[in-house]
Amino acid sequence: MSLATYLKSKLIPADIDKHINRIRKPIGSLGYDPWGYNNEAIKYGFALTRQIYEKYFRVEAHGVEQVPAEGPVLIIANHSGQLPIDGLLIGYALASRPEQPRIPRAMIERFFPTVPWLGNLLNEMGAVLGDPVNCAKMLANNEAVIVFPEGIRGSGKLYKDRYQLKRFGNGFMHLAMKYNAPIVPVGVVGCEETIPAIANIKPLAKALGIPYAPVALPAVLPAKVHLNFGAPMYFDNTEIPEELVTERVETVKAEISRLIDKGLSERKKLF
Amino acid sequence: MTTPKRPHILVTGAAGALAQQVIDQLRDTCDLVAVDFREQVYLGDDIPSYCIDFNKRVFEDLFRRYQFDGVIHLGRIQSSQLTRMRRYNANVLGTQKLLDLSHKYGIKRVVVLSTYHVYGAVAYNPALIDESAPLKAAGLSADLVDSVELENLANIYLWRYPDLNITILRPCNIVGPGVRNTMSTLLASERAPVLAGFSPMMQFIHIDDMADAIVLAYKKPVRGVFNVAPQDWVAYQHALRLCGCKRIPIPSIPPIVPSLILRTLNMRRFPSYLMAFFKYPVVIDGRAFAREFNFKPRRPLQEIFRFYRNNKSPV
Repeated sequence: MSLATYLKSKLIPADIDKHINRIRKPIGSLGYDPWGYNNEAIKYGFALTRQIYEKYFRVEAHGVEQVPAEGPVLIIANHSGQLPIDGLLIGYALASRPEQPRIPRAMIERFFPTVPWLGNLLNEMGAVLGDPVNCAKMLANNEAVIVFPEGIRGSGKLYKDRYQLKRFGNGFMHLAMKYNAPIVPVGVVGCEETIPAIANIKPLAKALGIPYAPVALPAVLPAKVHLNFGAPMYFDNTEIPEELVTERVETVKAEISRLIDKGLSERKKLF
Repeated sequence: MTTPKRPHILVTGAAGALAQQVIDQLRDTCDLVAVDFREQVYLGDDIPSYCIDFNKRVFEDLFRRYQFDGVIHLGRIQSSQLTRMRRYNANVLGTQKLLDLSHKYGIKRVVVLSTYHVYGAVAYNPALIDESAPLKAAGLSADLVDSVELENLANIYLWRYPDLNITILRPCNIVGPGVRNTMSTLLASERAPVLAGFSPMMQFIHIDDMADAIVLAYKKPVRGVFNVAPQDWVAYQHALRLCGCKRIPIPSIPPIVPSLILRTLNMRRFPSYLMAFFKYPVVIDGRAFAREFNFKPRRPLQEIFRFYRNNKSPV
C-alpha cells in the first residue's frame, strides 16, 4: 500500500468517499474540471470541514433542502468574519445534505489566486476566481454558485458593524436573469463573532497587496453558527433598466436581512 | 473521364513534427510543397522541400511555379527560438509576405497556426476562455509580442481579403512524440522546475490529434479564429507526476525572486517570459472548433503522459 493510499484510508471515512462519488460533477478523465476542482482533493476537504462544521462551529442549518437539486442556482449570502468561513460552511451544508447533495462553487476574492498553495487548494475544493465570466460559464454548466454580493465590503467589516448589510453589487442579479437561475438567499449568523476585528490597518493592507489587514485576535473563535436558507426566488429575463435591477437586488437583500434576524432570534448564546 | 485536379498545398514549418504529421495525412490526396526556414528536410521524392526565408524574393518563385490552392502556415517560430528581432522578422514580416503572396496568387484557403499563449497568463483569467477574449500576452512579456502580432496580422487579412478564407487556430499545449516545444521538453525531462505553491490547470493535445484538427480545418473553408483543446484538464504538477518527473520547486514569492532566478539560469525549457504560464491558468474553450469542424480528440491525457513516462530521454 502506498503512503497516499494509506493516508487516504485513514483520513477519509468510507461514507464520505461514497457520498462524494455519488455527486456527479462534470469532470475530465483525471478528475479535474476547467476551474481546478478535483474530485479526490475535495474528499480531504470534506472530511476536514465535517470536523470544523460539526465540532467547532456546531452549525445549525435550516432549509438547506430548498436549494434546487439540479440546474443553475445562485446562493446569495451575507459575508462576514474576515476569512471566507461562511462560504465553506454554506458549501458543506449543501454538499452534505442527505437528499440530492450538490457541491456548490464559491466565488472568491481576486487576490487568492496570487497566494501560493492557498490559491490552488481553494480551486481544488471548488472555489473559483470571482469573475463574472467564470460565474456565467458555471451557471451555463448547471452549477450551484455561492456569491457574496458584498464582497470584501462585507468580509472586512469591523465588529462594531456586525450584521449590517453593506452595499450589494448588481452583477449577480444580471447573471441570474440571463441564465434563468433561481436565487436562494442565505442568512449567516455567527461568523461575525469568529474573528472580531476592531480596526483595519489600510496602509499595511496596501503594502502587502491584500484587501484588508484587520486588528484581531490571532485565532478563530468557536462561535456557534446558524445558517438559514430561504425559499428560491425567481426573476424573469425581461429587458429592464438598471434601477429596476437594483430594486430586485434590494428584495433579495431584504430577504437575507429577514433570514439574519431569524438566525439572531434563534441564537441562545454566542458560543 | 478526367480525374479531378489534386489540390496543391504549401506547408510551412516543414521541419517540425506537427507539419510532418499533417503532410503524412495529406500526401495521398494532395500535391504538397514543404518549406522551412530552418533546414531542408527530405520528405520523399513526391514532395519538393525547400529551405527558404519568407522575406527573400525567391520565395515568390514557389508561388509562380506551383500555383497553390491553399497554404497551411505552421512555420511560427516559437518564443524559445532565435532572438526577439529575428523572430519578429520571421513571424510577423514573414507571415505578412506569405499572406500578400497568397492574395496575389489567388489562394483559396489559408490555415494559420497560432498558440494559446496569446491570451496571456494573468491571475484574473477566467476559465474556458473563448475566442473573443482580449489578447493580454503582449503586456506580459516582449518575447510574446510577435505571437500576438502574427495573430493580429492574420486577423486583418481575414477581414480584408475574405477570398483567402483564413482560419487561425489557437491550440493548447501540443505534446507527444517528436514535439520539441517547451512543454514537451519539460514533460520528457527527469527533473522539471515548478513554482512553489503554484500548479495551474493546463490542457494538452496530442500531436496526432492536432494534425487531425489542422487537416479538418483545411478541408472545411470556414473563416475565423478557433481555440483547439480537448475537454480535459489537469494541474501542471499533477501532469509532471504522471510523466514521472521529479519536481524541483523554485521559490515563488515575492514575484521578483522566481523571475530573477529564471533569468539567471536562462533555461530553455523553463524560460522567464513563460513564468506566468506556470503560475496562472490559461484554460481555453475548444468547443466552438469541435462543433464547427466535427473534431474529437482521440488520445486521452493518460496515454500522452504514459508516453513521456516510458521515454525518459531527451527528445
